[in-house]
Amino acid sequence: MTGPIPMPYPNADAPAQDLIAACVHCGFCLPTCPTFAVLGVEMDSPRGRIHLMKTVWDHRLGADSPGLEDHISKCLDCRACETACPSGVEYGKLVEGARSQIVTARPRSPLERLVRVGAFDWLLPHRRILGAFAVFSIAAKRLGMGTLLRATRLGLARRMADLLDLLPDRATSDPLVAAPAKGQRRGRVAMLEGCVMGSVFGATNAATARVLARNGVEVVATPGQTCCGALHAHAGERERARELARRNIAAFERSAVDAVIVNAAGCGAAMKEYGWLLKDDPEWSARPSVFAAKVRDATEYLGDLGVTERPGTLRGRVTWDDPCHLLHGQKIRAQPRALLAAIPGLDIVPLEEADWCCGSAGTYNVTQPDLARSILERKVANIVRSGADTVVTANPGCLMQIQSGLRHSGSNVRVVHLLDLLDEAYRAH
Amino acid sequence: MHGLVALLGPAKVLGTHDDLLLYEYDGAVDTATPDAVVLPESTADVSALARFCHEHAVPIVPRGAGTGLSGGAIPVEGGVVVSFARMARILEIDVPNLRAVVQPGVINLHLSTAVAPHGLYFVPDPSSQKACTLGGNVAENSGGPHTLAYGVTTNHVTGIEIVLSDGTVVRLGGKAAEDEGYDLVGTFVGSEGTLGLVTEITVKLTPLPEDKRTLMAAFPTMDEASETVSAIIAAGIVPSAIEMMDQLAAQAVEAAVHAGYPLDAGGILLVEVDGPRDGLDEARARIEAICRQHAASEVRVATSALERERLWAGRKGAFAAMGRLSPDYYVQDGVIPRTRLPDILRLVKDAGARHRLRVANVFHAGDGNLHPLILFDSRLGPDELERAKAAGLEILTACVEAGGSITGEHGVGMEKNCYMPLQFQSSDLAAMRRVKDALDPPGLMNPGKIFPTPSRCREFAFASTTR
Repeated sequence: MTGPIPMPYPNADAPAQDLIAACVHCGFCLPTCPTFAVLGVEMDSPRGRIHLMKTVWDHRLGADSPGLEDHISKCLDCRACETACPSGVEYGKLVEGARSQIVTARPRSPLERLVRVGAFDWLLPHRRILGAFAVFSIAAKRLGMGTLLRATRLGLARRMADLLDLLPDRATSDPLVAAPAKGQRRGRVAMLEGCVMGSVFGATNAATARVLARNGVEVVATPGQTCCGALHAHAGERERARELARRNIAAFERSAVDAVIVNAAGCGAAMKEYGWLLKDDPEWSARPSVFAAKVRDATEYLGDLGVTERPGTLRGRVTWDDPCHLLHGQKIRAQPRALLAAIPGLDIVPLEEADWCCGSAGTYNVTQPDLARSILERKVANIVRSGADTVVTANPGCLMQIQSGLRHSGSNVRVVHLLDLLDEAYRAH
Repeated sequence: MHGLVALLGPAKVLGTHDDLLLYEYDGAVDTATPDAVVLPESTADVSALARFCHEHAVPIVPRGAGTGLSGGAIPVEGGVVVSFARMARILEIDVPNLRAVVQPGVINLHLSTAVAPHGLYFVPDPSSQKACTLGGNVAENSGGPHTLAYGVTTNHVTGIEIVLSDGTVVRLGGKAAEDEGYDLVGTFVGSEGTLGLVTEITVKLTPLPEDKRTLMAAFPTMDEASETVSAIIAAGIVPSAIEMMDQLAAQAVEAAVHAGYPLDAGGILLVEVDGPRDGLDEARARIEAICRQHAASEVRVATSALERERLWAGRKGAFAAMGRLSPDYYVQDGVIPRTRLPDILRLVKDAGARHRLRVANVFHAGDGNLHPLILFDSRLGPDELERAKAAGLEILTACVEAGGSITGEHGVGMEKNCYMPLQFQSSDLAAMRRVKDALDPPGLMNPGKIFPTPSRCREFAFASTTR
């Protein structure tokens, strides 16, 4: 007698076989995949990646095989394939599952382990440290550190320079203050402050609260909240993501609100999936799903609620770029467009491939610099061709990535978060 | 492998075990792993590859987007898979002459999108048109819902560039509508990569119709829906498309697109008329009346372009939505005379029941081109696919007996090559074989396709006198 065949994946976070079985390998996802568009090979298409995951279950490929790691790492996790898929394959869950197994199955170098601990344990969950790091990095960037790093001609230094490049010229870390509803109260919400949002785009958080308040929504403070864990989950660090999720759920449960508002599309998509993230944690049972049902993107919430006060007039030619984790991750398409259209005076022009990833995708710039550049160049070319003077989006990664791409191409098109633009319009009264 | 890298450079050749696993499938059920994958970027690359394979007696299997439904891109006898993903440029759009010249890797829908600003489109619209390539369409002579009025791929291709198995580059036809000599363009279209590799295609472009009317009609059973199809044609109306789906297919489709397909109807028709605006409303009214006469419980006319797109997205995404019903499906492509629809559909249902498998139907009713989707679950064991294939064979046999054929548009490939004797006398097949031998003497171009092979077809000893 031989024993049972050992499980081919290291643990229960493995890409679920039931989800894989929904793929009928029709190929409809291929033309929507940014990496397939650049590389043209089946391994770097969603269908190919799902087949790789399946071959591991079939014991034809090891979870530690270099091919699996290479192609799963090249995935942006933009989830455009989910929108394209008639069978409703939940690709995001699959690819994050696969990443968690690769991280476990393959030994990491001491340097990579250090980087992971530094980024995921020290920086992201600790607002103060991250804030200080951002201020330091922006100062370094303004002092020309990027040029210096590039001059070393070391791969790692060059990547650090690429990262610095992404940073905006000024970080704002204004703490989020509770805001009472103006006029008749139509809702009571909490807000995720977020790691990057809180320490680099603090002004956008404050703007979001002001716009909500102006439309009859009371924003209450939620102490004890932390980073949402999306970047951890994307990088395969599911245990670390779970710790953060538990802390957030507990914190937001205490604030008894109608909704938890998120103005970073990547965070919202991750928080709506807390139920899946904690599915194997019996102690928490339904709590994550109950919490997840309350999570709303700021554009989704305000778009559904409708603006009560007409924003002031702004001038300019603007275009909307869908953050992947808003459109593909959360299936939110109409509401941000409606909010943009609610601002009088704007000339709204269409953006070709607005539903394509800009190449930001968490830490993609650092892990896949060449691919990220190709994908970003395509986005920048489309933005320039649209003739817009302002591109509007709703996710910190996209804001930084597109800004850096435009800067490099010598374009002076402005990039702005939709809630900042709305706030600007209200102030223009 | 080393020879290929030396010839073409490492960027155009894949050869690791992990990578090759990803070229073992297409949109259908058969699999086989290639020995190498080549991604050519020019006709010169393809020609050099063919010469190399000719010299080393290595089979060559072309691959477009891998959406095929008959195993056409599967290297059943090993060898090199040639992916045309990097030969995907539209080379010329000739508006006055209504022609476009394209590379084989161009996606079908991308061509129509590119020429839309000129008021033109490429007519053949297979359901996979968002993903499938024009090279693949040429190989399979693909159809689509609108073949009813406008014909299949071969009616829309006027010229091709071919690389033969010895590496010779041949240019056939051109932009002109007619050509003297043998119609070799027509011979290559639908040859499933068994005669040569298509490296450039000249296609006809067609002016977009002035307007369209799209109706969705729900019937209590497939019988009434089938009778309606015949009645519409008998009334002298020529819709551009008449598509049918049953209740099971509608479930998957509605979950995918939320287009308002009724879930309680036994049979659903999607009918479209297009052309000059004058007369469209009259045709629509007549079709609506015929549907009502045949007990339609609901007839809905798309009132906006968005609603029409939704209805079509549902139809065109139907196969791809089967993952909502079952992990695997085996689709048949038999053609029958339209008038036999009711009894053959009953037979399809019985064949499924006999083999304990569910069957969903979504197909080109106007053409009598059936697509029974036999649902199975390969995780339960190899017996599942075997039963699906057995049911499929019964269906195809019935199609041929009804005076039809075993494939309408998906191609024979490696999936139905053993069934060719159902439809052809051995002398018919021998004549086809002589064409193959003349153009590909060493037999290296996509071997194991179209013609029955002794090794794989032993168990199918049909009397080749069925007809």
